[in-house]
Amino acid sequence: MVEHCRMGPGRMGRVGRRAIVAGGAAVLALGAMPLRGLAQVKTVKLGILHPMTGALSYSGSQGRAGALLAIEEINAAGGIKSMGGAKLDAVLGDAQSKPDVGAAEVDKLADAGVAAVIGGFASGIVLATTQAAARVNLPYIVDVGVADGIVTRGLSNTFRFGPGQSKITTTAIDNLMKLNDGAGKPARTVMIVHEDGAFGAGLAKTMADELPKRGFEILEIIPHPTPNRDFTNIALKIKAANPDLLIPANYYNEYVLLARTLLQQKVQVKAIYSVLGGAASNVKFVTEFNEAAQYIMDCNHWYDPRKPASIAFAKALADRKVDLTYETMLNYSAVKLVADALEHAGTDDRAKLMVALAASTFDGHIMPYGPTKFVDGQNQGAQPVNTQIRGKVIEVIFPKEFASAEPVFPMPPRG
Amino acid sequence: MSFSLVAPTVINGLTMGAIYALVALGLTLVYGVLHIINFAHGSLLMLALYAVYFLHSQVGIDPYLAIPIVGPAFFVIGYVLQRGVIGRASHGREQTVLLVTLGLALIIDNLALYFWSADTRTLDLAYAFETIDLGVALVPVPRAIAFAAALLVAGLLWLVLDRTDLGKAIRAVAKERQGARLVGINVDHIHALCFGIGTATVAVAAAILLPAFYVTPQVGYTFVLVAFTTVVLGGMGSFAGALVGGLLLGVVEALGGLWFGESLGEIAIFGLFILVLLFRPTGLFGTKAA
Amino acid sequence: MVPTSPSAVVSNRVMTPHRLLAVLLVVTLLAVPFVVQSSFWLTFWTMTLLAAVLGQSWNILGGYGGQSSFGHAAFFGTGAYAAAILQVRFGVDARLAAIAAIGFGAIAGAAIGMLSFRYGLRGSYFALVTMAFAEVFRIIAVAWPLTGGGAGLNVPLHAGAATLQFVDRRGYYWAALALVAISIGLAAWLERSRFGAWLVALRENEAAAQALGINIFRVKLGAITLSAALAASAGVFYTQYFLYLDPGIAYGPGYSIEALLGPIIGGTGTVLGPLIGAISLHLLGRLATAATGGAPGLDLAFYGVLLIGILAFLPRGLTGLGAGVNWPSAWRRSRG
Repeated sequence: MVEHCRMGPGRMGRVGRRAIVAGGAAVLALGAMPLRGLAQVKTVKLGILHPMTGALSYSGSQGRAGALLAIEEINAAGGIKSMGGAKLDAVLGDAQSKPDVGAAEVDKLADAGVAAVIGGFASGIVLATTQAAARVNLPYIVDVGVADGIVTRGLSNTFRFGPGQSKITTTAIDNLMKLNDGAGKPARTVMIVHEDGAFGAGLAKTMADELPKRGFEILEIIPHPTPNRDFTNIALKIKAANPDLLIPANYYNEYVLLARTLLQQKVQVKAIYSVLGGAASNVKFVTEFNEAAQYIMDCNHWYDPRKPASIAFAKALADRKVDLTYETMLNYSAVKLVADALEHAGTDDRAKLMVALAASTFDGHIMPYGPTKFVDGQNQGAQPVNTQIRGKVIEVIFPKEFASAEPVFPMPPRG
Repeated sequence: MSFSLVAPTVINGLTMGAIYALVALGLTLVYGVLHIINFAHGSLLMLALYAVYFLHSQVGIDPYLAIPIVGPAFFVIGYVLQRGVIGRASHGREQTVLLVTLGLALIIDNLALYFWSADTRTLDLAYAFETIDLGVALVPVPRAIAFAAALLVAGLLWLVLDRTDLGKAIRAVAKERQGARLVGINVDHIHALCFGIGTATVAVAAAILLPAFYVTPQVGYTFVLVAFTTVVLGGMGSFAGALVGGLLLGVVEALGGLWFGESLGEIAIFGLFILVLLFRPTGLFGTKAA
Repeated sequence: MVPTSPSAVVSNRVMTPHRLLAVLLVVTLLAVPFVVQSSFWLTFWTMTLLAAVLGQSWNILGGYGGQSSFGHAAFFGTGAYAAAILQVRFGVDARLAAIAAIGFGAIAGAAIGMLSFRYGLRGSYFALVTMAFAEVFRIIAVAWPLTGGGAGLNVPLHAGAATLQFVDRRGYYWAALALVAISIGLAAWLERSRFGAWLVALRENEAAAQALGINIFRVKLGAITLSAALAASAGVFYTQYFLYLDPGIAYGPGYSIEALLGPIIGGTGTVLGPLIGAISLHLLGRLATAATGGAPGLDLAFYGVLLIGILAFLPRGLTGLGAGVNWPSAWRRSRG
């Protein structure tokens, strides 16, 4: 029971390899140590912050794995050459799936002398952590967190490499229209099932605003809590309403449960089209629940499957027995972005790094984004892609230039 | 809100409620005899779920067949916990017991997280997707089994308590601890025994639940509040109460979800909980007020 | 557990261990903002003080009054949300919002108290009903657009007096320290006042207290209202410090548990117990993190072990250290 609620005392995370001894005087003495200057060091410290415990721990550990892989590769290739081969050193943080803990972790990372912080994952956490980083002028690269508010607060330290919510939703809807038109417009009615937190509610609202403008009729919008024990009621409602299209927006466990229940209750729809689906772009879902996963489409973060670097990345993950999920891809890319900026800056001074990031044109990444260009902290080229689960593989179906398969829409009856 | 949805919703609620009942049976026994609210109950459920999972994934034992293994194993765990930790650390004070079980929950939940990581584990069983067609509703096979099991386990527990000598001793201790001691009953042993039975019951619940669900280190929490509500609703210490309470709660939750939406439907459970606590704290079948 | 402070029987001129501890505490806490440079540790101490305030609020009802609440987040969260909503949705000045929020917290306390005590709930039943109320509040917060639903509320970052946001983090520390001082003052007042005496009386023996003519209902209601108001002030502080709130933070089990742990570890029904408990817990938490090297979960598990250990061997909490420790022989002998 208490794992979920994470008590206040005991902020977690590792501060390099130092062991901190608690005790009144010792604590005060340690606390009195001033921030160290960062000018000439042989290692560059990077803060890697994710929710490692709590409800979002799976995504958090995935993100961390992706980031650490990137650091490993960069170091193996000789480190930051413009800094004399300086190696990257990961300083890990655990946001415990709570924004306030995340913010405290940022403070700790700042004290540890990191040049930048990468991560956060959830929008709620990121909103708090970027703010904490802004207070100390620490560059912060958002890995996933899609809420629009993250880049609209005028914080010059915040950079988001991946797309934001409005971009994702617009792209999702555009692609849906293309899909629908391409198949002769078989879909008209829609039902949205979303988790009631920041992510799901925000997405559902945007969908509810935009879809009717494009000629779709929304039959019902069903929120549910995270976690949710049972989806039979929701499945029954879907069955009764009989929409053409089902749009789920939730996290992994609930997505899986929903998909399974739909199969059990023999609910047939023309397509399951999720936006940032929790499981739809997750190899684990495809392997473990193959039957329930067939033909599910997703508009999500995903890498460019044609780039050799992407294939190498996928292999590296498989070798380490890490699932291939978007969190790994985005974090991997974010770290490489920072490394590139460090190369250009030639120093790990925070202010200079921020300038280098803002001017970045980084193109050596595995994402389908083109060269990087930040405007107000948002990478302009960032975009989601459409995927569909076919057989045992996640294929990319849109945009055409990155596609590895043709879409199947509407999907044949399942189960 | 169409009427054709009410019937399958109610049936779904009944099968979900059966699971709540199964989880609550152990809790109500422990409260009825030891008068302690066990905050570690959810954690023990989670532990049992992992046990069932690993028995299947490592050894290949079907969850239902695992019952004769996990049941006795968790009986021992429960006995040792009560005798060795809870009973001793709490010095018999109610407030302390709550906190000790809270501490236990902390330990179990977090060791699980450390050893088994946050990954969701599920069993993909062939029969998990099969459903029984009742005409008006489709009931997944694992749920139907859960329903039957709830009735069976509740019945068994009642039989033990009502017809056996052990049951008599347990009832004696529950009613009058000092008196039981005076007639020579080893109260500590009985307490530990009850805790053991309660834990074994939750292990059985886990074996039955896993095919229909999943396990993560947080899963216990998802069920524990509902289990408390079931126990209070049904009456602390009553098996019939836990059974009826669980089923009722399942239906209330399902209908609440149907009419108010899943998020708000959760309120139906707690609203009911509060109402019962205020107006009928002994619950539907309870005999002893706090 | 009789909360007689040693000062009641010892001359004011003698430095007892308790007094020495109090002096040490004051000196340490006053020194922190001058000695501590790292913002992480400053936040650590600020949060510890916040926990002390929350703990003291719980202590009023649970320690002095003997009514253990397991849902104090209901009051904490109400204060936090009220402050946030008034500022974000209605543009109210932060200082006014803070006062109003404390008022809302008090109302929540009175409401829950009226329901619970009118129907005579006590002991575990009272604990459970407070838990249920906190959960109900959380679900409402998730479903209600006013609170921002599951997405939560963001209070705009805008330092200044009118927004009660300090430019320098140290400002927050002093504010927290002031709140701690107020909370300790309240507890001290309880120990000396008639109301406090009634409260302790009904904790010790409700029937006897009633027979003596004490209005049980009114006293309990007063205690929970006061407790809720103080908890709400902690909530307001949280909102002003983090500028972000969601239902899980405000009404989740986290702060309910934080509220009761400090006093129980430090010593319920004492003036300094919650403060000592909060400091010990937070420091022990850091120790646990260091000892387990930050591996996810291990530190909290260690924490649980510490908790059970303290409960087993120090039943009076840390302030009872002077009164004697329950050594292992007592562990073996005690009956469950």
